[in-house]
Amino acid sequence: MTALNRREIVAKLLADRGNDLLVVPSLGQACYDCMAAGDSPQTFYMWGAMGGAVPVALGLAIAQPDKRVICIAGDGELLMGLGALAATAAEAPANFAIACLDNERYGETGQQHTATGRGANLTAIAAGAGFGTAMMVTTEDEVAAGVKACRETPGPVFVTFKVDDAPEEAAIPPKDGAYLKSRFREAVVGKI
Amino acid sequence: MSEWRDDIFDCLQEAGVRQVAYVPDAGHARLIDRCHEANGMRAVSLTTEEDGVALMAGAWLGGDKGVMLMQSSGVGNTINMLSLVKNCQFPLVTLVTMRGEWGEWNTWQVPMGQTTQQHFEVAGVICYRCDKPEDVKETVATALRFAYYTNSAVAVLLGQRLIGAKIFPED
Ligand SMILES: Cc1ncc(C[n+]2csc(CCOP(=O)(O)OP(=O)(O)O)c2C)c(N)n1
Ligand SMILES: [Mg+2]
Repeated sequence: MTALNRREIVAKLLADRGNDLLVVPSLGQACYDCMAAGDSPQTFYMWGAMGGAVPVALGLAIAQPDKRVICIAGDGELLMGLGALAATAAEAPANFAIACLDNERYGETGQQHTATGRGANLTAIAAGAGFGTAMMVTTEDEVAAGVKACRETPGPVFVTFKVDDAPEEAAIPPKDGAYLKSRFREAVVGKI
Repeated sequence: MSEWRDDIFDCLQEAGVRQVAYVPDAGHARLIDRCHEANGMRAVSLTTEEDGVALMAGAWLGGDKGVMLMQSSGVGNTINMLSLVKNCQFPLVTLVTMRGEWGEWNTWQVPMGQTTQQHFEVAGVICYRCDKPEDVKETVATALRFAYYTNSAVAVLLGQRLIGAKIFPED
């Protein structure tokens, strides 16, 4: 397995994000990666609700069609909610991308193997679900195109980044859910 | 077709509901069709009910009011996702067509139908019940107001006596 670094990928995904990029990272390491790249009220960190990151981001993308929405999700997260890929592709939100940080592990719970290291291909599943753009990024050369697709290509976009399974140091974001919701709404909707 | 389903649709429009998440149930079929046809409303078909709970949270984050339609057997699928609603104090309104109670024929509907309200209440969802057509409009309108004003999770349980039990051939 090639070893892309998850922190570097997320830093690129969120670079110069401005106010028009809305981000939903799934529980565990994806949240820490986003926090390490710089906290923002326009990031809604999921501390639980495993399997729910994609549908949260979909509801947000439908509500905010003029802003780009990126769901940054672990492979374990996506495997728990595969049906949401079909539902998302069917809705076809043009402003929506999923960036999968595929370490082939349930990293947060002790590095158990997920199905992606044992034959499952999330990019192929997303393509089969109906995502118009579904990419697999395994080398440094491909990273820029993968990031650009997440940021700019008309959605729905799905990009798998095959990342190193070495855990990074935790960068802990706020975890009070009501606070995360209120600051997000204040920044995006203009009212709590 | 019975009028109370149209009353529900009117309530959703009056409340400014923009996203309607659903996993189909026969009892909601007419309402689902009307939501798909309505201007300014987006009906979103999901593969499992927990995704509807999550979709409603995302809708609210983006400034949209939402409502989730499901049948009682779907309630069991939502339990862990309701922790998102509770932790973040998201408003949630779900309209649940009941099975497994009045006049049920299918044994497999009974375990979930008989415990729907208990499951919801343990998970922090307030339950309103409706068994008479004339109560539907006021109950749904009240549930919408209450949920959005107080950041509460509210389920309206539409009783099987109201919906009419599904008739199967005699065995
Ligand atoms: C419903 C549910 N089941 C199990 C867990 C335990 N759990 C927490 S994080 C996690 C693994 C997440 O894996 P992945 O999304 O691939 O993230 P990674 O840490 O590998 O980046 C699991 C299984 C949970 N929080 N919720
Ligand atoms: Mg993983």
